[in-house]
Amino acid sequence: MQSHILKIAARHLLLPFTIMSIIILWRGHNQPGGGFIGGLVAASAFILYNVAYGVQDAKKILRLDPRTLIGIGLAIALFSALLSVFLRMPFMTGMWVDVFLPLLGHQHFGTPLLFDTGVYLTVLGVILTVVFTLSEES
Amino acid sequence: MVLLYAILIGVMFGAAVYLLLRRSIVKLVFGLVLLSQATNLFIFTIGGYEKNNPPLVEKGQLVPTAPYVDPLPQALILTAIVISFGVLAFTMVLMHRAHESIGTDDLHQMRDTDK
Amino acid sequence: MKMLIVSPILIPLVAAILALLLPRRLGKLAGVAGPAALLAASLALLHWVLRDGIQVLQIGNWPAPFGITFVVDIFSAIMVVLTGIIGFALAVYSFHSIEPERFKFGYYSLFNILLMGVAGAFTTGDIFNMYVWFEVLLISSFVLMVLGGERAQIEGAVKYVTLNLLSSTFFLIAVAILYGKLGTLNMADLAVRVSQTYDDTLVKVASLLLLGAFGIKAAIFPLYFWLPASYHTPPAAVSALFAGLLTKVGVYAIIRTFTLIFIWDRTVTHNVILIIAGFTMFFGVIGAVVQFDFRRLLSFHIISQIGYMMMGLGLFTTVAISGSLFHIIHNILAKTNLFLISGFVYHLQGSYALKKLGGLYRRQPLLAFLFIIPAFSLAGIPPLSGFWSKFLLIKAGLQLEGWIIVSIALIVSLLTLYSMTKIWAEVFWKPDPQAKPYSVEKNAKYYSMLMPIIFMAAINALVGLYAEPFLNLTLKAADQLMHPSIYIEAVLGGYLP
Repeated sequence: MQSHILKIAARHLLLPFTIMSIIILWRGHNQPGGGFIGGLVAASAFILYNVAYGVQDAKKILRLDPRTLIGIGLAIALFSALLSVFLRMPFMTGMWVDVFLPLLGHQHFGTPLLFDTGVYLTVLGVILTVVFTLSEES
Repeated sequence: MVLLYAILIGVMFGAAVYLLLRRSIVKLVFGLVLLSQATNLFIFTIGGYEKNNPPLVEKGQLVPTAPYVDPLPQALILTAIVISFGVLAFTMVLMHRAHESIGTDDLHQMRDTDK
Repeated sequence: MKMLIVSPILIPLVAAILALLLPRRLGKLAGVAGPAALLAASLALLHWVLRDGIQVLQIGNWPAPFGITFVVDIFSAIMVVLTGIIGFALAVYSFHSIEPERFKFGYYSLFNILLMGVAGAFTTGDIFNMYVWFEVLLISSFVLMVLGGERAQIEGAVKYVTLNLLSSTFFLIAVAILYGKLGTLNMADLAVRVSQTYDDTLVKVASLLLLGAFGIKAAIFPLYFWLPASYHTPPAAVSALFAGLLTKVGVYAIIRTFTLIFIWDRTVTHNVILIIAGFTMFFGVIGAVVQFDFRRLLSFHIISQIGYMMMGLGLFTTVAISGSLFHIIHNILAKTNLFLISGFVYHLQGSYALKKLGGLYRRQPLLAFLFIIPAFSLAGIPPLSGFWSKFLLIKAGLQLEGWIIVSIALIVSLLTLYSMTKIWAEVFWKPDPQAKPYSVEKNAKYYSMLMPIIFMAAINALVGLYAEPFLNLTLKAADQLMHPSIYIEAVLGGYLP
């Protein structure tokens, strides 16, 4: 199906969706949101692009193989869990640091955020693997 | 309210089992979806359905204001939703492939591996 | 040092990530190195548990019963060691025998994630966490089963996936009931609370739901029909992995919950288990007797052997349970090896149908000898490993005067021998029906498939011929299982509700 409205919308929505997904990931610790939902939102942007332009273009715009994303996501999550072990605390103990960032002010960073980032990438990778596999078939 | 939920869960499980027993692959998938939703609702209901304070610690306090609701059932549901999401995504792909390679959505045609 | 408790989970995870991210050849090496490291870590874990008693790790520094706890007793440690052995042997076996197409789709990552799920289910002390590990191993097993996408694989997977999702639902409902009723998910804490409220109808319902859920996974009577319909469809290495490990996870879960939590209403639960055990053994072996496909025959044997493991739990004495544990050890080694041999025979002659095979005794005398060890051990010929487990089980049965179950166990043993000699006669003894000469290239693939078979057969023979330390090990493990207070004390420590 060729639809100009869909094509233009999909192209312009890609960036807002991705930014939105990162905001959702960011606020996830104390407010509704988190890595899983963020990953879903980011994936939906690529799915929309996939519907409008086809699998080949969607893969091109993602650049990475979705399976690599799964691997990176798992690695980040594992690292966040192991960080406490390197600092001689029990496995998966939550740790926090306060950082001052320009524009954003004081921010509270912790291993749960890192873990969520891993979840975000894994979810994105898994869904895109499924969607790309399905659309390549038909 | 609990009674209402109980009836709803019963209806959902009934519908899910009905769909699972049909011969069509599509209905099988719908049955599995409904089954996992019914289970999630069941956890929610049996975990204690009550109207209390949110289980959040206010600033300057060490414990949440009593009486507060138990947050664990919702954490369980969240985990179960995520898992069933992944499994169902896989099931969709599988059923799609099954339909492609066997060329029918009739489960009674799938008897090659039973012989 | 405490990290050793979760190392059976972390090592396969690291291996899976490396297999996914590294380039082809390095990724494949990581896929084999992971299970090898898992085997080493699990042996260290077993040694540690034997020396210092049950080991406990509270994840994220949350004390039990509020956080997730990982607990390793002797039973868990034995199961993890077996996971390591199987994982290592199969990773080597897969190295050349799995097609490059399947490797491209992440065969070794899925393989290692499956091992992670299995090890997680064996070491967790939290019933909801166990559900999560079950799902981890299920999802990876789903993908492993369909990898390659042949028609038979997909058809088998439809049955496998549906039944296993149903069983997961039962499991989750049972967990929800337990939480709603008792307000805890920690298994040690559950054990304490069930001892106070075991007469409650909902708790009884939950116990039987769990039996049903684990029963589907363990393939007990009458819930086993998915197994012979699906296990013979994927490549031999994958079937061997499923046959060796996955059903045993179900058995582990049944033994764990019915020796720790639901031990108060034994006239209902354990008698039901004993009756099921008899039916499972009998119908499984009957199915095997009439089969003429190598792997389908073996699939039915899995079911029949599950019956023996359940029998020990149903009898519920220390000797009986140690018989069950010994049978698990023996069966994982022997059954996996038989599947590996079937794959090797397929590599040599290109078929799984017994009618089309033949003449291997003359061409491959070493393979014939290697087949004898697991096959006769499965039938319970002394002094091989299957004899000792059946000896313990039958001894326990006679002590409790369970004449019926003992006679069923003996008859089934005879029928097992019959179907094993059927394979022997068809595959090795009779002349090759294809009758055209062929030569087998003794290349890397040949040796990478033969070595794991020799490795497994050697361990299997060791367990049989030098049974004393293994018998002591299972007796110690069974003794721990029969005294749940040790487990509860180790997990909850000072805190008791």
